[in-house]
Amino acid sequence: MYTQALNQADTGPKVIEDADKLARFEAKIDAEERIEPNDWMPEAYRRTLVRQISQHAHSEIVGMLPEGNWITRAPTLRRKAALIAKVQDEGGHGLYLYAAAETLGVSREELIDQLLTGRAKYSSIFNYPTLTWADIGCIGWLVDGAAIMNQIPLCRTSYGPYARAMIRICKEESFHQRQGYEIMLALCRGSAEQKAMAQDALDRWWWPALMMFGPPDAQSVHTEQSMRWKIKRFTNDQLRQQFVDATVPQAHYLGLTIPDPDLRYDAASGHWRFGAIDWEEFRQVLAGNGPCNRERMEARRRAHEEGAWVREAALAHAAKRRARAAAAKIAAE
Amino acid sequence: MTEPKMPLWEVFIRARSGLAHRHVGSVHAADAEMALQAARDTYTRRGEGLSIWVVPSAAITASDPADKDALFEPTASKPYRHPTFYDIPPEVGHM
Ligand SMILES: [Fe+2]
Ligand SMILES: [Fe+2]
Repeated sequence: MYTQALNQADTGPKVIEDADKLARFEAKIDAEERIEPNDWMPEAYRRTLVRQISQHAHSEIVGMLPEGNWITRAPTLRRKAALIAKVQDEGGHGLYLYAAAETLGVSREELIDQLLTGRAKYSSIFNYPTLTWADIGCIGWLVDGAAIMNQIPLCRTSYGPYARAMIRICKEESFHQRQGYEIMLALCRGSAEQKAMAQDALDRWWWPALMMFGPPDAQSVHTEQSMRWKIKRFTNDQLRQQFVDATVPQAHYLGLTIPDPDLRYDAASGHWRFGAIDWEEFRQVLAGNGPCNRERMEARRRAHEEGAWVREAALAHAAKRRARAAAAKIAAE
Repeated sequence: MTEPKMPLWEVFIRARSGLAHRHVGSVHAADAEMALQAARDTYTRRGEGLSIWVVPSAAITASDPADKDALFEPTASKPYRHPTFYDIPPEVGHM
């Protein structure tokens, strides 16, 4: 999902944890109690969370770029206002999540630095281009739809600040998905060219959206431990299946065709069975070789560099005002 | 990192008049005025509040979770602090 790169081996130092503390910690998790910032936690739990929450935050921030690309060209004022509000929400999501990660003892500056130097990952989905207005419809419908699938169970994740951030985020996501689907609906009810544009966007976004849930469970290194610690509640494959089951009827309602010749309904299980995912494409995009990886990182680095003078000026201004206030206080004494 | 750290502020919002300010999260900002502005943009995009407090995170003193038992356990042995501890005959009526 937004944290799909978690499925890499944990290379951090192995720490021998105090057995009593570990047992108490795991009993708390088993009892569905939340872990809070100052509570004792195993190093691997802390490390996994910092990585997962910060990847999630980076994804929200980088995710503003493909949609931001269409703000100036939205077809109506109504669509433009909605798109601006959505992109602003994604910025907010990034901030809630950075704040949650910081409660684990890592600084905002460090997290940003990890993103900008390429040490931290973000979701593969944001490395695809938004070529037409229909892509904005597809992102809201599919990408936010997939995000909701993943984020609803995260509202019950074991780390308190993360769960609370997810609750806020989930409340805001529904609007994102609905505005996207409404864009698709308008295109599909429009001219033949508009409908073709909608189909073309679905053809390009469908498989990358399925990849958002991360590698299949059999190849997913972190799933087992994350499930035991209740950081994660469902496996990648479970969430992917849920997403397909929910989304296929929505595509049919639009009169669109899912670009998967193997897709068929399995009446016995009640699931839509889908064809093989091209995991090589996924690996390539995660490794930095997707269509827009370089462009996205350049945009983030440029924004950071061009904002440097603002941060410096704000800090200098605050320091000057503090000094003046202190001097005035001394003079008054 | 060569860049100096932007101070951290805790954000409290009063959702409606009559309610207490409640902790909602945190923001980074150079000073209190900018922290208020950032808190407004980050935490009140949908009518979530009527009033915001921002407090430097460094100004908060918190109890240590390790002291939890010493601080809070003694109340568990004081059931006489609760109304249900006292037997009042039902004939007396609601009290
Ligand atoms: Fe989001
Ligand atoms: Fe969203």
